[in-house]
Amino acid sequence: MAMMERIPAAGLIQKFPGGKFFLASSEAVLKWGKASSLWPMTFGLACCAIEMIATGASRFDIDRFGAGVFRASPRQCDVLIVAGTICVKMSDCVRRLYAQMPEPKYVMAMGNCAISGGIFYHDTYSVVKGTEALGIPVDVYIPGCPPRPENLLLGLMKLQEKILNEENANNRNI
Amino acid sequence: MLTTEIFDLLKAKFPRIAKEEGTSAVIIPKELLLEFGRFIKDAPLIFDDLHCVTAIDKKEKIDLVYIFYSNPLQHSLTLKIYLGPEDPKVESLAAIWKSANWLERETYDLFGVTFLNHPDPRRILNPYDWKGYPLRKNYSAPNFIAKPKL
Ligand code: SF4
Repeated sequence: MAMMERIPAAGLIQKFPGGKFFLASSEAVLKWGKASSLWPMTFGLACCAIEMIATGASRFDIDRFGAGVFRASPRQCDVLIVAGTICVKMSDCVRRLYAQMPEPKYVMAMGNCAISGGIFYHDTYSVVKGTEALGIPVDVYIPGCPPRPENLLLGLMKLQEKILNEENANNRNI
Repeated sequence: MLTTEIFDLLKAKFPRIAKEEGTSAVIIPKELLLEFGRFIKDAPLIFDDLHCVTAIDKKEKIDLVYIFYSNPLQHSLTLKIYLGPEDPKVESLAAIWKSANWLERETYDLFGVTFLNHPDPRRILNPYDWKGYPLRKNYSAPNFIAKPKL
């Protein structure tokens, strides 16, 4: 219930006075459920992954936001956190992992490398210039080299906001 | 064993080797490589560890560099072979040191040095269908964006 106060669309959810039930449109509840329980993938590519791991560990604890269940299989995940430099040789693997995730799926580009190639933009032959260059749509960009865990948490909250305010959520770019 | 002692010992066995100016590296002609390798692996030098194979592109030639280490005697040796820049070829050392396998694949991948009789002569770091050798001075990739001059 603490989640309900924090989330703007939670206004759609109403408690019965004094009762144990609450009333809402099914879509609002669905979105609320989706946003409150995001399952990221255990997948890191470079130095940014270390920061993602720190965010998952006890000091920063991404579990507080309902996104602590890092899964080791793309088929059980909602969120792909692209944490690090995408090398040309790894790019096929990233594309395949994204394709294997079930809908609805979301992508966070964490760090400058995942956004645009970062410090490897110039004078490098082996780095893909950003997640979107692979044809993977990105929902949230988190700049930084590397972004601090707080930034990743902020990115996660932005993603939750996006999910809650999504129109037409059920046929999203399938 | 000191570097000078090692060099004297090698010079007595292989009169055609030389010392590189300014470094302690030993230069050998490429035909000698296999024989040289077998010699230094056994007593008295016992270089049982080949821990680096790489190359340097100097435009007019390519320096192939090997670094050996001896665990029982705790001495090391840097070996160089000068190769022409066009289609450099040399015998593989993978039959003598197992570690040469991947190190030579890496040198092939990045510098285009072909190792003859290599057990698995594929690329290793770049995708298998990659064109060109990225650490050559004259390499340019299609998606290469040069740094703007400041
Ligand atoms: S953005 Fe910086 S920290 Fe992150 S993967 Fe790239 S180089 Fe590493």
